Amino acid sequence: METTALVSSGLDLQASFVDALQGLGLSPGAARLLWLPLPMVTVLVAAVVGVLVNVWLERKISAAVQQRIGPEYAGPLGVLQPMADGLKLVFKEDIIPARADGLLFTLGPVLVLVPVILSWLVVPFGQNLLISNVGVGIFLWISLSSIQPIGLLMSGYSSNNKYSLLGGLRAAAQSISYEIPLALAVLAIVLMSNSLSTVDIVNQQNGAGILSWNIWRQPVGFVIFWICALAECERLPFDLPEAEEELVAGYQTEYSGMKFALFYLGSYINLVLSALLVSVLYLGGWGFPVPVEWLAGWLGQSVDAPVVQMITATTGIVMTVLKAYLLVFFAILLRWTVPRVRIDQLLDLGWKFLLPIALVNLLVTAALKLAFPMAFGG
Amino acid sequence: MTLASTIQQLCFLVLAAVVVVGALGVVLLPNIVYSAFLLGGVFLGVAGLYLLLNASFVAAAQILVYVGAVNVLILFAIMLVNKKETLAVIPGLLLRRLLSGGVCAGLFVLLLRVAFTTHWALPGPLPVGEEATIRIGEHLFSDYLLPFELASVLLLMAMIGAIVLARRDVYSSDVITGEPVDQGLIEKTRTPLLIDPSANAGGQPLLETTP
Repeated sequence: METTALVSSGLDLQASFVDALQGLGLSPGAARLLWLPLPMVTVLVAAVVGVLVNVWLERKISAAVQQRIGPEYAGPLGVLQPMADGLKLVFKEDIIPARADGLLFTLGPVLVLVPVILSWLVVPFGQNLLISNVGVGIFLWISLSSIQPIGLLMSGYSSNNKYSLLGGLRAAAQSISYEIPLALAVLAIVLMSNSLSTVDIVNQQNGAGILSWNIWRQPVGFVIFWICALAECERLPFDLPEAEEELVAGYQTEYSGMKFALFYLGSYINLVLSALLVSVLYLGGWGFPVPVEWLAGWLGQSVDAPVVQMITATTGIVMTVLKAYLLVFFAILLRWTVPRVRIDQLLDLGWKFLLPIALVNLLVTAALKLAFPMAFGG
Repeated sequence: MTLASTIQQLCFLVLAAVVVVGALGVVLLPNIVYSAFLLGGVFLGVAGLYLLLNASFVAAAQILVYVGAVNVLILFAIMLVNKKETLAVIPGLLLRRLLSGGVCAGLFVLLLRVAFTTHWALPGPLPVGEEATIRIGEHLFSDYLLPFELASVLLLMAMIGAIVLARRDVYSSDVITGEPVDQGLIEKTRTPLLIDPSANAGGQPLLETTP
């Protein structure tokens, strides 16, 4: 446990909150029970606001790429446009097709959205700024994201529409084939940080600021992970399951109103989540390019001083979100740069290219870890 | 009883109900698609039970392997072949159902007897919590190395078998019997669709078909 001794504990909101409530005369159990919903609601709100920002960015950047202006009238620079979109979806009629399977049709979007939101459990914004530092950390995200294809198959099947069924099958095939290289890329990182916990993975990268980020030690893994994350999110080079020109809208064809909004929310929350996890795994998470401990030392401040802790926590959140949205920006640019792949190209890329490369990457990482334990987390 | 143990009890009851009712649904529902989706629900319920027992790694692995891989493959298979046709009526269906129900009930009684006669409260080692992942890894590479490697050999055999089945065009003869494999079934001969093959009986090729 050297890592915990080296790294300052930072801001611990839970301890402060529980202490304050106990000061008011509550029992420790009740105080913790009152604390429990707070981070969950905060993260849920943050995820939804993240989606609104994302939709606005998508519209504005797409417009800029195509030399249009984009949304302009709803609020300054059209920032209220995503809200208007959301409101429109809330008030739309909720249609279940006549011969569709009503139960599965309703359950499908829910099964797509819930695992994505659950995965936010392990996204850290600071040393103690996450819902729960579970030991299986990043593995939890991988296993939760494997539930999603069931929801897609369910909605594709129950729509009673051949385009929907084809879209659902494509989505499941795509998600299964890209999960394996994704997991192997994550495994190489886990090998280096000796832990599955996202907090430990970030702490292992915070020794020397930007120089110790994993992207320099895992460049191949970074590319594999990013490609697979885009494929899992069904972003444009890989958006075959909902390819408009071939399949109308894939598994979403028959959906409208709030059920469609759930798919929409799910895909954007997933994109933000993937970007956040790329920044956690490869770009140093909440770490500032120059370690905050060094800066505090140069300014002659103690790391444990309350003001420094506040500033550290704030920079941590800002850095994590900044890195994530930089990646989202790249994803949106990619959408307008790269043409869609065919289904056979997609499966070839996944099984015949990314999988062997990810295996070799894992082997090389293990060999380097044995050869240079200093640099590769011995 | 404290708050935490009450909630744990409640979670156990809900999860157990999900597993039992879901498993009954898998067996009894006539629609195979519902059965497959319910199977996913049962797997998730079992993962929840593992989580209650502080085995978070096993729970995550259960979700990844059983829900994410096995159940999705089952659904895939069902959806690729699912033709909505009514099954032919089998004579003596009631008798068959009664017989299989009797066998299941007998098995259930046997399991119940085992469950009630076994002394369950064994003093096991202390729960390790989050350290369990490390402990599992140590066991897999020391005293459980042989089963671990045997499992990987089994998976390799399954994979090679799948490749042999899928790429039978590579072999011109059957692997076991040595007889020539009917290539026509696997790879269609490239007859031009618009030309009647019977008109070509004279032997003179009407059109250059070779590339």
